[in-house]
Amino acid sequence: MKKTIYTMLMSLVAVALAAPVALAEEAAAVATAVKADHSGIYGYVAVGCGLAMGLAALGTGIGQGIAAGGAVEGISRNPGASGKIMTTMIIGLAMIESLAIYALVVCIILLFVNPYKIF
Amino acid sequence: MKEAPLFIHHGFNIGSWYMPPFVIYTWIVMGLLILMALAVRSSLKPIPGGLQNVVEAFIGGLRDFTVNTMGPQGLNYFPLIGTAAFFILLCNLIGIVPGFESPTSNLNTTGACAVTVVVTTHIVGVQKHGLKYIKHFLGPVWWLAPLMFFIEVIGHIARLLSLSLRLFGNIRGEDLLLVLLLTLVPFLIPGIMVVHLLQTFTSFVQTFVFVLLTMLYISGAAEHAH
Repeated sequence: MKKTIYTMLMSLVAVALAAPVALAEEAAAVATAVKADHSGIYGYVAVGCGLAMGLAALGTGIGQGIAAGGAVEGISRNPGASGKIMTTMIIGLAMIESLAIYALVVCIILLFVNPYKIF
Repeated sequence: MKEAPLFIHHGFNIGSWYMPPFVIYTWIVMGLLILMALAVRSSLKPIPGGLQNVVEAFIGGLRDFTVNTMGPQGLNYFPLIGTAAFFILLCNLIGIVPGFESPTSNLNTTGACAVTVVVTTHIVGVQKHGLKYIKHFLGPVWWLAPLMFFIEVIGHIARLLSLSLRLFGNIRGEDLLLVLLLTLVPFLIPGIMVVHLLQTFTSFVQTFVFVLLTMLYISGAAEHAH
């Protein structure tokens, strides 16, 4: 009986002595993890922005090509209406272009405004 | 990113408010427009010449375009449309001159123009229809009304965002292009002038699109609901 009580007390003392050391190590690990550097993120951000602008330009190119093609065909069928057709074509091109501009604005925000303070 | 060389690149404080450089360029644009208006007004001739001719051509073209798009009632809103056209055009064009920066290459200026237009459409709608203006938001049939209301509200917010972001993105994009190009070559090489032509073209087109969308939104709010 005395031996079990003795063993239990000794194990409690061992835990009480070892616990602060283990927790300090954990805290230090957490602290160093918080101060880890994110300098590698810029590569991914740059690739993402390049891909975004490329895809936006692709879609805009196809859309504006179809719009301009329709306008040219309309003028060829009816040269007298070329003023109205050209005005409508310019408006349509500006509308389609604005979709690529939205992608450009997102890329500018990611690269220059750096919203997450990563790099 | 390399900074563009500007005449004014620090703001200053008035009281406790900070005036950034683009606000000072806005004042320069306002001053130029007021000077032009005073110069034309002080020497009005029945047979115009010079500056009066240019301004009359511009305003005449804008007036015809407004009547074509909005009908004769569009002339009620012509002061707003004309001011927006002149202001945004001169703001865009002044960025091409070396040493100046377009105020519209900043989201604050374009956001202000877009907010003005959207608030005007709502005011026009309430003026014309009173409280029945809500029917514009409720769609063609009554049992779709809750869904249509949300879609229309999101559509109006999208109008605000798209007006401001389109103008900002275009003018900022050509601004960046000019700055990057100027880091490579000096200003007056003839091949570079093509970039200035592109910028002039974009300035005119963006003004045109902004004014056209303003007219469409105002006429959409002023007409009868579905």
